[in-house]
Amino acid sequence: MTASDSNPTAAWPEEIFDILKRAEVRQVGYVPDAGHSRLIKACQGNPDMHTVSLTTEEEGIALAAGAWLGGQRPALLMQSSGVGNCVNMLSLAKSCRFPLLTLVTMRGEWAEFNPWQIAMGQATPQALEMMGALVYRVDSPDQVADTVEAAADMAYNGDNVVAVLLSQRLIGRKQWVK
Amino acid sequence: MLNRREVAKALLADRDNDLLVVTGLGSTAYDCFAAGDHDLNFYLWGAMGGAAVIGLGLALAQPDKKVVVITGDGEMLMGMGAFATIGVQKPDNLSVVIFDNGHYGETGMQQSHTGAGVDLVAIAKACGIADTREINTMDGVAELKTRVRTGKGTLVARVSIAADEMPRALPTRDGVELKLRFRKALGL
Repeated sequence: MTASDSNPTAAWPEEIFDILKRAEVRQVGYVPDAGHSRLIKACQGNPDMHTVSLTTEEEGIALAAGAWLGGQRPALLMQSSGVGNCVNMLSLAKSCRFPLLTLVTMRGEWAEFNPWQIAMGQATPQALEMMGALVYRVDSPDQVADTVEAAADMAYNGDNVVAVLLSQRLIGRKQWVK
Repeated sequence: MLNRREVAKALLADRDNDLLVVTGLGSTAYDCFAAGDHDLNFYLWGAMGGAAVIGLGLALAQPDKKVVVITGDGEMLMGMGAFATIGVQKPDNLSVVIFDNGHYGETGMQQSHTGAGVDLVAIAKACGIADTREINTMDGVAELKTRVRTGKGTLVARVSIAADEMPRALPTRDGVELKLRFRKALGL
């Protein structure tokens, strides 16, 4: 089975990309997710951004720390299952007050096909909050730009880890094709 | 088997502000601190498995500086995926130097996977890192020092060190202070 982009005409992935550009984000770590596919492509096409494919999401927390030590703004793209992989590494961000904007595409919360996604999807906001991240949630396309822009300000101006949860309803039903 | 304090001291001798250092947690942090504290040392007190990728982010952000990650076998084993991530990025200015004593020194000297035969240098090589080295002598350490400071291309080196416990030499544990002094020293 392969998954296709469930909502290829939505404008919000480009809106997020424009905000990352305006915020002068220079390093974008990612573990691929269908919901992030257009944003990842846009970042890869921008010569001012290093895009770093990660083997596990916790590398993204470490990458972000190194980027900030060296004077560059970091962002991390992942899906909700990856949040669980980050828990201990978020100690690095919290202990040193490293800023990080992370955009999390949600699974396991609405019209989910795969029951194994539900446990981590349901625990995602609490896992982030437990480690001291600020958590914003977006359910509709018209909230995306405003929320991501506010989150970027909170991250880079306040040395916070800020997560924007892009809800499964926003992303749309995953299309499963035999 | 080399003495870890002597290796750290030799690698970090006569440094200037063009060398940026990230350490692992535990013994490698103490080794680098004992070699002489420096604002451009970022010591870990946690974040096990993260040292090499912190070095990657730093190397990408500061292409005109040399970045060296000095970490232990246990720390590197916890983040082995970093070799794959770094092997894809291949920054010219990043060296990862692994002090390998085959043991978890901080927790009671239990044998690590490298002590049981796992070869971190072979893994790094298989991940596409072209320049990998095995260092067993202080002459080798002297060459490594030159390579780290003046060479080009991602490097992973394993230094065989003795599994001896050294006196503790503890840098500040305040992560915010470590971050701010590092950025200030870079003029950020």
